[in-house]
Amino acid sequence: MTAPIDRDHALALLRQMVLIRRFEEKAGELYTRGKIRGFLHLYIGEEAVAVGAMQAFTADDAIVATYREHGQALARGIPAGALMAEMYGKANGCSRGRGGSMHFFDVSRRFYGGHAIVGGGLPVAVGLALADTLQARRRVTACFFGDGAVAEGEFHESLNLAALWRLPVLFLCENNLYAMGTALARHQSQTDVRLKAQAYAMPADVADGMDVLAVEAAVRGAAEQVRGGAGPFLLELRTYRYRAHSTADPELYRGKDEVEQWKARDPIALFTARLREWGFVADPDLAALETSVAADVDAAVAVAEAGPWEPVEDLTKDVYTQVAS
Amino acid sequence: MKKMTYREAVRGALRDALRGDPRVFLMGEDVGRYGGAFAVSHGLLGEFGPERVRDTPLSENTFVGAGIGAALGGMRPIVEVMTVNFSLLALDQIVNNAATLRHMSGGQLSVPLVVRMATGGGRQLAAQHSHSLEGWYAHIPGIKVVTPATPADARGLLLAALADPDPVFVFEHATLYPSEGEVDESAGPAAIGRAAVRRVGDAVTLVTYGGSLPKVFQAADRLAVDGIEAEVVDLRSLRPLDTPTILASVAKTHRAVIVDEGWRTGSFAAEVSARIMEGGFYDLDGPVARVCSAEVPMPYAKHMEDAALPQAAAIVATVQEMLRRRG
Repeated sequence: MTAPIDRDHALALLRQMVLIRRFEEKAGELYTRGKIRGFLHLYIGEEAVAVGAMQAFTADDAIVATYREHGQALARGIPAGALMAEMYGKANGCSRGRGGSMHFFDVSRRFYGGHAIVGGGLPVAVGLALADTLQARRRVTACFFGDGAVAEGEFHESLNLAALWRLPVLFLCENNLYAMGTALARHQSQTDVRLKAQAYAMPADVADGMDVLAVEAAVRGAAEQVRGGAGPFLLELRTYRYRAHSTADPELYRGKDEVEQWKARDPIALFTARLREWGFVADPDLAALETSVAADVDAAVAVAEAGPWEPVEDLTKDVYTQVAS
Repeated sequence: MKKMTYREAVRGALRDALRGDPRVFLMGEDVGRYGGAFAVSHGLLGEFGPERVRDTPLSENTFVGAGIGAALGGMRPIVEVMTVNFSLLALDQIVNNAATLRHMSGGQLSVPLVVRMATGGGRQLAAQHSHSLEGWYAHIPGIKVVTPATPADARGLLLAALADPDPVFVFEHATLYPSEGEVDESAGPAAIGRAAVRRVGDAVTLVTYGGSLPKVFQAADRLAVDGIEAEVVDLRSLRPLDTPTILASVAKTHRAVIVDEGWRTGSFAAEVSARIMEGGFYDLDGPVARVCSAEVPMPYAKHMEDAALPQAAAIVATVQEMLRRRG
């Protein structure tokens, strides 16, 4: 079978997914060791969504994400060390240790959070796109949110406003089937998320969120449409998280068999199998990849360990802009 | 200087801002074709067009959030929320985003957003259009809260809000829109965080802000007939709060009455009272007093609404009682 993409790109996608997974595994481990506190929402199982989607955006595009944003942040190119340091609460973290796991920010990469109020990032994304429209910039604002957000008023208000004003927002619904512990069918009268867009005269589509190439193709197509001035687009990416909702979740609401069924369609395993099929990788390549990723993760931990704590004297710094007097 | 209404002063400031800075735009419910629920933005759509004077759907949380996003994206949005009671629908964006983004991002983000809204009672609009919740907003670090009471401040504080790099909430008391005063149309921004002594006196300090200022003036005039000269401090800004100006006045008069249209429990008046206790306790000749709204949802019937709101007569009676106890 002929490969639809070149080897370098394929390996880059694989590497990013593996990096996210190993980074998350390490974060989970560091949580149990008390290095990371607060809430920790792991992305394991959903890697194809962030990695596939992020291929479609330029440096000028904006990203708005949720509290489960480690994958998006890594795929956007924020250094793993800055992210790990943030989870440690260190001053060299990407948000100076003020945000933690749920609030990654990097303005230099137009990464606008890290939003931990479900649905709260959508209006902000609409506003970022409005600013681009008013300043005649051809940019896309990509707004990630989960299926839980679909129940929020902000989802409906934001879709309506973006469509009404034809703003360049790409709404990316990362549907992992659970709003924390409440299954989609238990919180939505209409479980087909893409149909919600019809009410706002907005185009919508759905893609397999476990297939990185399917995600990339769907997001590229939607992003180009948005960038071209066609107005907003809703893309639903169907995926699954293997780990608990957060470190506080006893997982009483789903069976282990369900998790195992989804793991059978693991995005990394699926993609690796295809790369083998195309002759892009063999065992030594994969071993080398793992070694290289492990070194990156270790380096990230070292950055976090070595990072300084913000001085307590700076507690109230940046509540307001410091104006030179 | 030109005599104009508070409404005209806000409109003039909006017009100057729209003319002077291409990043400025106005959005909110009925700000365009309707001309604003309080006719503040009347005529601006025709002058600046629908890109810059934008009618929004009735989606307070989302158009305030869109203002935050547009501010992050380099614009200088002015968002009008029709009344403070409606702003409760936008509390998520205000409290969780506008107020937090700068600090939570380690100083990377700046949200130069202005949100204007009408506040207060006195127009028989009952319990869902009449409350004074600016004291709640003043509780929140990360935003600034200003309460212009005069046409000159309506202009100066709005321009100051626009010049500020952080989110500023402007509370315009709905009964003030037709009030008149002298405005310097060439005046620039006022200083946020500076109170003004509006009347000089030595017998008592009357601390107030916004829509209560005219009532406090009435009370001060009546007290003056009896030879009681009240000093009137108009806070102008609730956050940041100009504590030194309050304390300086109390150090002179040794008595303070705080007049605040919010409900007494947990009111902004309680905050001012605490600041006086913390910083001016030994200057006081007696306890600080408060004249606040009765602890009821605002009633519709006029006599009941009048009874619920702080009135000049109650302020006079409070001061007289305070002076009687002097012995």
